Order: sequence, then structure tokens, then C-alpha cells
Amino acid sequence: MPLLFPLVVAALLFAIGVYGVLGRRNAVLVLMGVELMLNAVNLNLVAFDAYLRDVLHGGQVLTLYVIAVAAAEVGLGLAIVLVVFRGHGHIDADRMRDLADRDAVDDAIAAESAGESAAPSRSGVAGADPEPVAVTAAVES
Amino acid sequence: MSVVGLLFLLMGAMAVGSALLVVTTARLVHSALWLVVTLGALAGCYLLLGAEFVAWVQILIYVGAVVVLLLFALMLTRAPTGVQTGLTTGNRVVAAATAGVVGLVLVTVVVAGFGGARVSVDEESVGSATSMGDAIFRHWVLPFEVLSVLLLAALVGAIVLSRGRASSGEETP
Repeated sequence: MPLLFPLVVAALLFAIGVYGVLGRRNAVLVLMGVELMLNAVNLNLVAFDAYLRDVLHGGQVLTLYVIAVAAAEVGLGLAIVLVVFRGHGHIDADRMRDLADRDAVDDAIAAESAGESAAPSRSGVAGADPEPVAVTAAVES
Repeated sequence: MSVVGLLFLLMGAMAVGSALLVVTTARLVHSALWLVVTLGALAGCYLLLGAEFVAWVQILIYVGAVVVLLLFALMLTRAPTGVQTGLTTGNRVVAAATAGVVGLVLVTVVVAGFGGARVSVDEESVGSATSMGDAIFRHWVLPFEVLSVLLLAALVGAIVLSRGRASSGEETP
């Protein structure tokens, strides 16, 4: 079997994971993208372990460690996601503007109040935010 | 082409296809379920590469624990089960372009670097539980211990984060 098979599969999985992290709004889906990237790295490690015939099995042992670290990461990340949900009522990554610039924060607050007073149309902050409040997950709080 | 190569191509195509569905489907729960398919196909890839123990650990931890944790998080954040619009950001074109460039660069690098290399997986049990236990507890025992401390720290951190602030008066169940 050519070594290129696992390497190309791993590269494609990593690229898909990059798209998942950058392009999804729900924070849980972002974590799924991170898992895809970690799995691509694991496939690389196992493939090179088999290719180099490592007598210490460094690649496979490191794969086990990466799996354990990924489990710890996803547990901690989901705890953070739940804290964010408790505080904000949503886990939309585009609307988490707590650490933004002052102007951006003001725009977000204006967008929130405009969305609460009227229907969530984009009239109030038309030029301020290119992608304002779009209802995704669980805003019925 | 050998049988192992054909099976690996099948598993790899399954993994990549279901991973594409993970990042593009419009239903949140389906995304987690397609992730199960991806991780299972990757476990098959590990088996074909001779890493038997890693494959079972992948099934146990990823499919058994991580996906269940993700489903619990979707449930606790009151994720709707129907088709949803707006699951992708407005700059998804930039995200797709970035992912495409990353994939192109990585594929180019591995093709240029390991174009003619072959991996032989005919010898048996290179990654059996016996040899893996030997390797971990004979040569790699120090990172194993460090990892246990890391897991403990992550566990304590998750508990502290999810029980909330004690000063806010909110009683924890």
C-alpha cells in the first residue's frame, strides 16, 4: 500500500476540520472541527509508525496520548460552552462580542436592543455589522 | 493493488465523505452522528495500518465518550433537531478558501515528499495490546504519568466551571 493513501486522507481531513472551525457558528460544531483536525494528526502518526517500523512504537503511543488529550480538551471545552450558554442564552460564535473593541461592543448592544424592540430586521444597524443577529440556536430564553 | 490498499481507499473515502457531511449538514444532531461514521472509518484505517490497540481505543474513547459528550452538550444547549439555516458564518467563503489552500498545500507537500514510499502492513500484530503495553510502560511511562495529571486537572477544571459561582446564590443540584 502506498504511504500516500493515509497521508492524503489525513490532509483532506485536516482541511475539512479547518473549514469546520472557521465556518461554523455553533460552538459545539466548532469543537467537532477541532476533533476532525486531531484525528487527521492521529492518522498521520499511525501511518508513519507503520512506515518507519518504529521499534519503540512512538507514533502509536503518541496517538494514544493525543486521544487522551483530546478527551480532556473536549470535556473542558464543553464545560466552557455550557457556561457561555448559561450567561448569554446562545452559543453563536459570531455573536460573542464580549472581548471586542469598544465600537463593536456598542454596535452589538445596539443590535441586541434593536432586535428586541422591533422584529429582528437589519434596519437599525445596517452598515454596522455585516452579519448581524441571525437566530440560530436556542434563543427562546 | 492489494486488498489492504483497496480497503484503505474505501475507509478513507468514507471518512472524508462523512467528515464533509459533518461540517456541511444543516442539522446539529446529524452532524454529531456523521462524526461517529468518520471516527469509525478512521478506526478501520488504524486496523488496516496494523494499529489494533489504537483502533479499539479510538472506538472506546471517541465514539463511546467524546461523541456522547458532544450530544449531551447539544442537548443541554437546547439545540433544535430540525433543519436550521444560519449554521455557517457569513465569511464561509473565506473559510472554504482557507481550507482549500491548507488542503492543497498539505497534499502537495506529502506527494512531493513521500510520492513513492510504500508501507508494508503484512507482518502481524505490530500494534497489539501486548506490544503497546510494553512500549508504554517500558519506554514512555513518564509522559503517561504527566498525562494522568493533565486529565486530573481537566476534570477538576470542568467541575469547577460547570458548578457555577457559589457567590451568586444559585444552588447547585
